[in-house]
Amino acid sequence: MPPYLGAIGWILLAGPNAGWLNQAWTFLTGDPGSIVNVYTFTGLALVIALNSFPFIFIFVKAALDMVSSEMEDAANILGAGAWRTMMTVTLPLVWPAILAGIIIVFLETMALFGTPAIIGIPARINVVTTQLWQFFEFPTRVEVAAAYAIPLLLITVALIAVQRLVLSRKGFISQTGKGGERRPVQLGGWRWVLFGWCAFVGLLAVLMPLVVLLQASFAEAWGRGFSFDNLTLRNYYYLIFQHDMAMPSVWNTIYFSAAAATFALIIALLVAYIQHRKLVPFAGVLGFLAMAPFVIPGIVMAIGFYAAYASPPLALYGTAALMILAFTARFLPIAYANCSAAVRTVHPEMEEAVRILGGGRMRAIRSVVAPLMKKSLFGAWLIVFIIATRELSAAVFLVGPNTRTMSVMLYDLSEEGNFEVLSALGGILLIITVTLVAIGMKLLGRDFMLRRE
Amino acid sequence: MPRLVLKQIVKTFGTFTAVDHLDLDLADGEFVSLLGPSGCGKTTTLRMIAGFMPPTEGTIEIDGKILSSPSSVMPPERRGMSMIFQSYAIWPNMTVFENVAFGLKLRKLSGDEIRERAGRILDVVQMGHLAERYPSELSGGQQQRVALARAIVVQPAVLLLDEPLSNLDASLREEMRFEIRRLHDEFRITTVYVTHDQGEAMVTSDRIAVMNAGRIEQIDDPFSLYNRPRTRFVAGFIGRTNFIEARREANSVAFDGFAVPAGRFNGELEGRTGAVTFSVRPQNISLHGSQPAGTNGLALPGRIVERAYLGEFWDYVVAPTDSALRLRVVAPPREVFETGQNVWIGLAPDQMTPLA
Repeated sequence: MPPYLGAIGWILLAGPNAGWLNQAWTFLTGDPGSIVNVYTFTGLALVIALNSFPFIFIFVKAALDMVSSEMEDAANILGAGAWRTMMTVTLPLVWPAILAGIIIVFLETMALFGTPAIIGIPARINVVTTQLWQFFEFPTRVEVAAAYAIPLLLITVALIAVQRLVLSRKGFISQTGKGGERRPVQLGGWRWVLFGWCAFVGLLAVLMPLVVLLQASFAEAWGRGFSFDNLTLRNYYYLIFQHDMAMPSVWNTIYFSAAAATFALIIALLVAYIQHRKLVPFAGVLGFLAMAPFVIPGIVMAIGFYAAYASPPLALYGTAALMILAFTARFLPIAYANCSAAVRTVHPEMEEAVRILGGGRMRAIRSVVAPLMKKSLFGAWLIVFIIATRELSAAVFLVGPNTRTMSVMLYDLSEEGNFEVLSALGGILLIITVTLVAIGMKLLGRDFMLRRE
Repeated sequence: MPRLVLKQIVKTFGTFTAVDHLDLDLADGEFVSLLGPSGCGKTTTLRMIAGFMPPTEGTIEIDGKILSSPSSVMPPERRGMSMIFQSYAIWPNMTVFENVAFGLKLRKLSGDEIRERAGRILDVVQMGHLAERYPSELSGGQQQRVALARAIVVQPAVLLLDEPLSNLDASLREEMRFEIRRLHDEFRITTVYVTHDQGEAMVTSDRIAVMNAGRIEQIDDPFSLYNRPRTRFVAGFIGRTNFIEARREANSVAFDGFAVPAGRFNGELEGRTGAVTFSVRPQNISLHGSQPAGTNGLALPGRIVERAYLGEFWDYVVAPTDSALRLRVVAPPREVFETGQNVWIGLAPDQMTPLA
């Protein structure tokens, strides 16, 4: 679920007075006041947290996968209990991963546009990204925006350097490599407490926002709750058949994402192949360049693209080309990381075997390399495509009247406060995403989105 | 006339010299191993023969035609060679048959001929019944056989093997050594075989080139290499040995604690003066409970210092009386001596090889 949809879900849940949680409170206690208000700094922070915790989860899980149960056994046999073992052995082992996750969340949040714009602007909470947005409102002051974005860029570069340092420190993950055997820990009654906690997080982060969004998308008026007379398909009907922007935005999204995914993959594959086979001197520089956009926050990149391409001589503002270009650059690192992993799985000797038997390099690529990487390349394409369909923070700065994406459309609708139609569009976006993820899982295995290198 | 000739080959990577003025001649149909420890330059040499790497200096020729020189390298696909890789490099996206047929297809043979030749070679390596399988369904040994079939079926001018057995388990490795030799006896393809395992080299090869630090230390048939090593490195790398220091004097060779008239050695000491190191294989030293009579060798009194029983033989360490020497001796299981027991040590001067 993209962050801005989560934010809208939480507006529906915890908006003052009309939010579901507040209505439930009023219904239960008769107190007409509100207990929760999403339009506060705490509310904003919590909504962002609920959307970012998976980053930390991914990092820490990868680290925990490396910790062998034998490490813990060794502590147990010397007399440490489960709690003490966790505090003195397990946690210190994965601490760098936790730290790395925290840094990533910090950076993602700092560069996040959707959630602060949707929740923060009505609440009069201004952050760097929303301020940048204001510089772009008429009259556009790109120079000011560019200057204002520089600290963002510097902080990102610095923190990513710190993160690399933390992760590369020797003795971080257990030295036994693949970690050996892992057994479930016996928790006894605590099992249910921890299970409850996981369920609670899942409920807050995904289930509740999703349910209210879906309800709103099928509702005449979202505040009236579940009832048959409130049920309607009008929102979807309106979007698909009447709204003059909605369907073009869907096609735009698919078109830009598909084109960007294709270009990014082609560039990334060439770079990865050239680098791994050392076909040109200084091939490592190419790989570095392909990874460079990783340290540039999307919003900063958008400002850069605007400054470079929007005005003459290129005058690409408002064209599909600009959007595709920006998406391609933005997601090149993801494509590159995937391609690099894919190229690495093909042993150079596989190609050399073709050549010694009389086939040229192109023949080797056609008969051996391409068929072997087909699957992982498709996976990479799908990942870039899915992420691109949800991109907001670069798109919002670069769209023109005819190049709106669904994400920008959603943002515009939220400014209008038309939550039923907005939810319906969100529903369409989710259907597209879920379909693609399902295809990916079916063809490539359940965890294809989470695999890191 | 030699078929494959390497002349004064040098390969440097930055400041590191991997191959250092190497010369090698292979006769038509000959099987030569490049044997040496890792990092000695043997794989680099092989990859230069294959054309995957240009030499820094020198030339590689086949039948008098230059394939590689620092200025121009014929690409591997035009050399008419084939190669077996350490990782086998069996293409997992093709069946066994397609793997084997690939090189024939590139040679534009007719479908019937491809089927006929691929089928025949698969039978030779006993893989005919698995022709339609994919490589992931095969064991390591079977993949190795497919790699062999794929390389041989094209009847290459030269067959190159890069440590092909290093990923197999021990018993399979021994079996495949003989398999490789059998295929060579059948097809007589000029072959260069890279390995760090002396057993593999000795089973398979007509000649073995022992490499060290980018140079060939000695190239000889397995028998001569083992029994007449020319350098300390070769003597130590091929099998186990005792190194015995000595001094050549006017009419004798002085060892620590004893001396031997110079005339009793083969002509190999001609012209040598000063310090000489001898290599003596542990099985060329005999042990006796009492002084042996009538041997034309040399008998020294000594004492057993250590012993270990290894089932197939005894492994003794003996110390000659009044000498700091410690000699390793291998004896048959029935020759039992206790640690500390006094024995007679039998040495035959013609089994003592002076090293350069």
